[in-house]
Amino acid sequence: MGAHATDHDDSETDGPKVLSVSPRNPRVRTIQIHRPAPQDASFLAATAKGLGVTLRHFFKNVLRGKDHNYIETVEYPEKKVDYPERFRGLHRLMHRDDGAVRCVACMCCPTVCPAHCITIVPAQTDDKGIEKFPAVFEIDELRCVVCGLCVEACPCDAIRMDTGEHAKPVEERHDAVMTKDALLELGARSTAVQGGEGAAWRERK
Amino acid sequence: MADLKTLVLGRKDVQDLDVEQEMPSELMTVNMGPSHPAMHGTVRIVLTVDGERIVKGDIQPGYLHRCFEKEAEYATYTQIFPYTDRLNYVSPMINNVGYAMAVEKLLGITAKIPRRAEYVRVIVSEVSRITDHMTCIGASAMELGAFTPFLYLLKAREWLYMLLEEVSGARLTHSYVRVGGVGKDLPDGWLPKLLKRLDEIEAVLVECEVMLNNNKIFRDRMAGVGAFSKEDAINWGLTGPVGRACGIDYDVRKDFPYSIYPELEFDVPTATTGDCYDRYLVRVEEMKQSIRILRQCATQLPDGPTMIDDPRVALPPKRDAYNTIESMIRHFKHIVDGIKVPSGEAYTFVEGGNGELGFFIVADGAGRPYKCYCRNPSFVHLSSVPKTMQDHLIADIVPIFGMINMIGGECDK
Ligand code: SF4
Ligand code: SF4
Repeated sequence: MGAHATDHDDSETDGPKVLSVSPRNPRVRTIQIHRPAPQDASFLAATAKGLGVTLRHFFKNVLRGKDHNYIETVEYPEKKVDYPERFRGLHRLMHRDDGAVRCVACMCCPTVCPAHCITIVPAQTDDKGIEKFPAVFEIDELRCVVCGLCVEACPCDAIRMDTGEHAKPVEERHDAVMTKDALLELGARSTAVQGGEGAAWRERK
Repeated sequence: MADLKTLVLGRKDVQDLDVEQEMPSELMTVNMGPSHPAMHGTVRIVLTVDGERIVKGDIQPGYLHRCFEKEAEYATYTQIFPYTDRLNYVSPMINNVGYAMAVEKLLGITAKIPRRAEYVRVIVSEVSRITDHMTCIGASAMELGAFTPFLYLLKAREWLYMLLEEVSGARLTHSYVRVGGVGKDLPDGWLPKLLKRLDEIEAVLVECEVMLNNNKIFRDRMAGVGAFSKEDAINWGLTGPVGRACGIDYDVRKDFPYSIYPELEFDVPTATTGDCYDRYLVRVEEMKQSIRILRQCATQLPDGPTMIDDPRVALPPKRDAYNTIESMIRHFKHIVDGIKVPSGEAYTFVEGGNGELGFFIVADGAGRPYKCYCRNPSFVHLSSVPKTMQDHLIADIVPIFGMINMIGGECDK
């Protein structure tokens, strides 16, 4: 029986040598890695094998033609890889239906920003339903750590980072500060379901 | 002159000097780093060399110090996530998870994290582990002159970074995990993409093994260099791949299983000599095991929420925050005060890319930690390097340093 078991182990060629099995999880084993013998190392044979790998890549690259995406390198300025949908890029400020800024200067985003890079100077509007709006809204893209917390913190979907663009290179530091106008220019009408209807919206849903 | 050197070294220099030589050399002090291509990140080594032989190496880290621990005292528990991204910046997801687990332990909600969130956390952690090891092996191979494996491995790493970018929105600084779950669910159709990439990555690993394992130059530079005995390794606190290469049978995922690791099947590779070649082999095997774990997670991934339903921890759903005053107030409290964590202290540790990555948080009941300490494996491993490189040649610093996989951001905090 015991001999049979060892036979069985032997027949599993190249199976790793099991040192122990975790008492906390029987499916986790500690194994001894297979260390190739020193005499296996060689100059010529190993180099030839390695060259075989690189040559295979070479011929795949050459024979498969230009358009085949086997080549991973992107010819960057001419071709670009699109950013994924969730990519956190440049900020933008969303619009109300009448094109006004959606932000109500609630100061949530400057509070939550770990880099302290949002500057807001609130002001009063004549619209009694809104009361506050940002007279100044600036984001220093150089200080921004692109964490996305400001988007999560906004209680009225006024700031988003889904522009799909990364911060532009600038020559002067102050050029990296995005003003309210620049942020609004990237913005669009918000699609958030919002109306301040109180709990009544639940029934309408 | 010799007297001065004795003074500097604090040791009798006669037996240090190789007087048997025809021309006995004098000790010389040279700087390696801080910005040397082989110094990952920035670290300075003041070497005292006798010819090519290293008599003493004084490692001076700290060039990348960003006051992580102090900054954390001034940030809410949520705001710390971007800081943790920058600890080990080749596997940020694991840092995110480790930190989130510490806060959850303080809040006493560890057992209530939704299962899907736990699975997603393990998936992104294991993907990060692969990227970590790929960077380590690729960069070390390149520093030893093997440029092709570096390109192949970085190509594969890029696939994984792209996948993580799809999940989290950023290639490197993910800030994806949140206290109580993860920020967002996996995007639709992400898992099939991952599984396809895993098959391709297996092929890349085979290619790299063919190119490196038996290559004489690679072997000669790695084998026998930086060997560490098991006792020494335990005394110096080595964990992770470096510790396992010395024969320490310790993996946090195995010995203190957290999250869903108790439900997974994998092997923990160990070696015996602890030299650089063993460290390399252990890392390759770990990547294969990570691929195995990922495949299991992909089949077992349950449906469900990815964020805990606990008003203390989770932001209210956006729809509620937009429309009801109660949720709006809760939202504001959450943003302004942060997550209120009851006072107490907690230490959690996860298996990071480099070893045991621990977070120790002392909370005083406010929305910010009173103290947040990070046990960074890189720093512990780095402290063993002066001993390892003694009596080696200058050229051996490169593989030793490469295989320690010191990550500046993590080491210097
Ligand atoms: S992404 Fe983060 S750092 Fe940048 S503005 Fe928003 S909160 Fe601040
Ligand atoms: S959180 Fe939204 S509404 Fe509040 S200040 Fe920021 S952008 Fe404006």
